[in-house]
Amino acid sequence: MLKTFKLGGVHPAENKLSADKAIEKLALPKSVFIPVAQHIGAPAQALVKKGDQVKAGQLIAQSGGFVSANIHSSVSGTVKKIDLSPDSSGYPKQGIFIDVEGDEWAEGIDTSDKLVEKFEADSKKIIDKINAAGIVGLGGATFPTHVKLMPPQGMTAEMLLINGVECEPYLTSDHRVMLEKAPELLVGIRLLMCALEVKKAYIGIENNKPDAIAHLQKLTASDASIEVVPLKVKYPQGGEKQLIKAVTGREVPSGALPIAVGAVVNNVGTALAVYEAVQKNKPLVERVVTITGKSVAKPSNFLVRIGTPVQELIDAAGGLPEDAGKIISGGPMMGKAIASTTVPVTKGTSGILIMQDKEAKREQMKTCIRCTRCVTVCPMGLEPYYLMTVSDKKLWEKAEEQHIMDCIECGSCSYTCPADRPLLDYIRLGKGKVGSIIRSRKN
Amino acid sequence: MSDTIIYTMIALSAIGILAAVILYFVAQKFKVYEDPRIDEVENALPGANCGGCGYAGCRAFAEACVKENDLSDLFCPVGGNDCMGDVAGVLGLEAVQQDPRVAVVRCNGSCEHRPKTNQYDGASSCAAAASLYSGDTGCQFGCLSHGDCVAACDFDALHMNPETGLPEVVDDKCIACGACVEACPKTLIELRKRGPKDRKIFVSCRNEDKGGVAKKSCAVACIGCSKCFKVCPFDAITMNNNLAFIDSDKCKLCRKCVVECPTNAIIEVGFPPRKIKTDLPPKPAVKKEAVVKPESTASEEKKTENLD
Repeated sequence: MLKTFKLGGVHPAENKLSADKAIEKLALPKSVFIPVAQHIGAPAQALVKKGDQVKAGQLIAQSGGFVSANIHSSVSGTVKKIDLSPDSSGYPKQGIFIDVEGDEWAEGIDTSDKLVEKFEADSKKIIDKINAAGIVGLGGATFPTHVKLMPPQGMTAEMLLINGVECEPYLTSDHRVMLEKAPELLVGIRLLMCALEVKKAYIGIENNKPDAIAHLQKLTASDASIEVVPLKVKYPQGGEKQLIKAVTGREVPSGALPIAVGAVVNNVGTALAVYEAVQKNKPLVERVVTITGKSVAKPSNFLVRIGTPVQELIDAAGGLPEDAGKIISGGPMMGKAIASTTVPVTKGTSGILIMQDKEAKREQMKTCIRCTRCVTVCPMGLEPYYLMTVSDKKLWEKAEEQHIMDCIECGSCSYTCPADRPLLDYIRLGKGKVGSIIRSRKN
Repeated sequence: MSDTIIYTMIALSAIGILAAVILYFVAQKFKVYEDPRIDEVENALPGANCGGCGYAGCRAFAEACVKENDLSDLFCPVGGNDCMGDVAGVLGLEAVQQDPRVAVVRCNGSCEHRPKTNQYDGASSCAAAASLYSGDTGCQFGCLSHGDCVAACDFDALHMNPETGLPEVVDDKCIACGACVEACPKTLIELRKRGPKDRKIFVSCRNEDKGGVAKKSCAVACIGCSKCFKVCPFDAITMNNNLAFIDSDKCKLCRKCVVECPTNAIIEVGFPPRKIKTDLPPKPAVKKEAVVKPESTASEEKKTENLD
C-alpha cells in the first residue's frame, strides 16, 4: 500500500503532456522586467538606477528585511528604467527593466555543468549563501528559504522533506529536474540537511513518475540518510501539511508551521537552486518552467531567465493556439489566470498553462444542493460550503471560528462542486479579511 | 363533565395568578433601569436600522444620543437635520446642522469608453474579483461592474445600468448612509454635499496612473493634466497621484473645470443644458468671442447666486 494523506483530496486528470520533454534552454529575450517583490514578505530595495550596466547574477535589489529575498539580474545589459508594470496579479508592481546585451556573467559564478560534490559542513555559511542568492520556495509559494532553515527558538528540525510530488496536473518541471539533475539535486539535499543539522531526508514522489522514483532510488541506494518515498497519486499531496502527513504520519496542528512537528519541507527546484547557490556561486536567476496545454503545438520544459515575458515562452512552444481560452500561471488547480502575456516569469512561476476555450469556461453558479462533497474532499477538514456562505454574508467572526485561516486554497472544493459554486473565490476573500482582522488585533 | 371543566378552570386560574405574582416580584427584583428618553429618541428616529450613523441600529444610536452630552458627532443620515432637531428637542440639546449629502460613483468607464481586455468568469462579486486581480479592463482603479454596491443599498437608490455596466445613484432615494462606500473594493463611491437643485460637479475617475497609461485604458480617465486645478477660482481642486479631486465644500458649481477638462472626466449633473459651442453655425472668430462672453457672465451670475 502506497502512502498518502488521509483526509479528503481529489484526483483530477493528470495531463502531464510535457513529461518526456527534456529541459531546453530558452533563448535570451530582448528585454526583461524583474519585479522587486517576487516573494512572500517585504519587497526588495532596488540598488541600480537607469543607465547602469549589469551582468547576469549581479545583485540588483537588496532584501528588504528578514522575511524577504535578494533579487539578482538574470541577464547582462543596461537598466532601461525602474518603473511600475503589471505582474501576474494584473496590478502594476515596481520592477527593473533591463535591455539584454550579450550574456556576460558576474565574476565568481560557475556556469559550467561540472558537478561539484564536496562542501564545507557549516550550517551558518550555507544559510548565508542561500540568503545571499535570494532563494525562495520554487514550488510556487515563494517563501524565503533561509527563513525556513532557521527554526524559531525552542523548535528543532528532525527531518527534511523534499517535495517532488508535483500533484498539479499538467506541470512537469519538478519531474524533469528529478530526472535530469538528480546528482545536483542530491548535493542540494545534503546541503539543506547540513544547514538544518538533520540526519534524515525523505523525497516524496507521486507514483505517476515511476522513472523519477527509480532513478533517485538507484542514486540513493548507498545513502541511508536519504530515502525516496513513493506516494499514491492524490491532489493536493504537494501541500506542505499533506506531504508531512503522507510521509511521516504526523499532523501539523491548526495555525502552526511544519516545524512544530519537526519537519521542514522544500521543493526539488529549491534544492537544485541551493546546490547552484552554494557550490556554483550562482544566485537564483533562472528556473525550469513548463509550458503546456492540450492545444499547444510543442508542450515543453524550458530553463527560463527570471523576468522573461510569458509571450517568449508561448512563442517558443509554437505560438498561442487559436482556441486558447485562458492563460494560467501555475497549474490548473491553484494557478492564476493572467490578463496579459507581457507579464514576466518570476521565481514562483512553475508553469504556464494554456487552456482551450471550451475547457476554460466556468459554468454558471447554481444553488447548493447540500451534497457535502466539498466537505469530503477538503484536505484540511474544513466545511467549504459554510465558509463560502459566511464569507459572502461578511460574518467574519464565524469564519474565524470555523478555521478559515487553515484553508490552503487548493481548490478541491470548487473542483468537485456539482453546482459549480465558486467556493474558493469566496473563501479566499474571507481569508483575506479575517487575516487582516487578526493582524490588526495583534497590533 | 361540567365538573371537569370547572376544576380545570380553577386550577389554571390559580396557576396563572401564582405565576403572575412570582413574575411581579421577579420583575421588581431584576428591574433594569432604562432611561425613558431612549424610547422617545428612538421614536423620533426613522427606524431604518441601516447603520449609516455608525451604530448597530436605531436603538443603539438612540442610546448613544442619550449617553452623550453633545450631539455634534452624532447624525442620522436618513432622517437628516429635521430628525436630529427632534432628537435634540427630546434631549434638550442643540443639534448640529449638517449639509445633506449624496453618493456619487466616481467612474465613467462604460463599455464604450473603457474596452475590455480580458474576461472574468469567477464569483460575481466585486470584492472577490478585486482580491483576485486588477479587473477586466486596462484600468485597475475602475468599476468592476458586479454590483456589490447595489446589493449593499437598503434604500433601492443604486441600480446597475446594463448599457454602461456602471451603477447609477437615484438622488431622491439616496440618504447617504455610506453602505455602498464600504462595499466598493475600489473606493469609487464618495458621499458628496448635495448641491442646490441636486446639482453636482465631480471628477468621475479614480485612475492614479500617469496620463498616457490612463488615457490608453479609458477614454474618459483623469490624466492628471492639472488644467482644472489651474482654472478653479475657489481652490476647490487638489491634485494627488495624477488625479484631480473637487472638494464639494469649496466648489461653487461654476463649471469652469468641466469645460477645461480635455477628457471629459469632470461631470456636471442637474444643470440646464448649456449652449454647445460646436453646435453653433460657423461664424467669424470675433463673433464667436462675443457669443462666449455673455455665457460666461451668465455663469458668473449663477456663481454669485450660489454664493448667497
